[in-house]
Amino acid sequence: MEQAWIMALAGGLLIGGSSLVMLAVLGRIAGISGILAGCLTSETDGLWRFLFVAGLIAGPLLFRTFSGMDAPLPSEAGWPLTIVAGLLVGFGTRLGGGCTSGHGICGIGRLSIRSISATLTFMVLGFVTVFIVRHLLGGI
Amino acid sequence: MLRFITPLLAGLLFGVGLEMSGMTDTRVVLGFLDLAGAWNPTLMFVMVGGLLVTVPGFNYLLKKRKPVLCDDYCLPSKQDVDAKLLLGSALFGIGWGLYGYCPGPAIASLSTLSTEPVLFVAAMIAGMLIHRFTAS
Repeated sequence: MEQAWIMALAGGLLIGGSSLVMLAVLGRIAGISGILAGCLTSETDGLWRFLFVAGLIAGPLLFRTFSGMDAPLPSEAGWPLTIVAGLLVGFGTRLGGGCTSGHGICGIGRLSIRSISATLTFMVLGFVTVFIVRHLLGGI
Repeated sequence: MLRFITPLLAGLLFGVGLEMSGMTDTRVVLGFLDLAGAWNPTLMFVMVGGLLVTVPGFNYLLKKRKPVLCDDYCLPSKQDVDAKLLLGSALFGIGWGLYGYCPGPAIASLSTLSTEPVLFVAAMIAGMLIHRFTAS
């Protein structure tokens, strides 16, 4: 699709706008892995996290309704790989204190050296992993 | 009221952004991470768009304003780059490269009601809990 990069840029602006609103009003970082992990605790003033997650799930429904576009096809990776990848993403984002949103958009947004280091690390490992899977192992 | 509407609307905005940008499509994400193949660079614009807002916006807020609903910002206190940060980010990158979901798109994809994102998010939550119960 020729306009794919425009959609990507517009989507990025919305994600940045969402992060800005969260910081301006609640004083919070819109880091998804941190918000989800916070939902798993018994913290009493954590309702905002559940509301954010609810919005995050409803957002794509809203977009597909108004754009008429279909949802992306699910991955064909199979359940063993799905579980392994999910475990790595969950454990890794907690150990590393953030993910693409918290480190990549918000952390770099405030020019944090930790977040810049984290983002470079997960980007490089993402590139290397895809290279190994697709070009050394012949795809899975 | 603002305390409840803000996170709901911000989540909605975030979810729309992820969906329209292509971040919820594992094929697009893996195509972006495939530098040596038919590289699809469009997702770079997601980060460009996000940072176009957050770099100047955060700088202004953190220097000039207080949050509307509280006295101070809740920011991470750690400053130094340590082994946990790099190891955790490396493990996350491997998982991301194996499948194509990072946490936001995985949660947003629950909207499809397909079993794949449900299984991925369940495993992701399990990974978070394993970290909590094993971390010193």
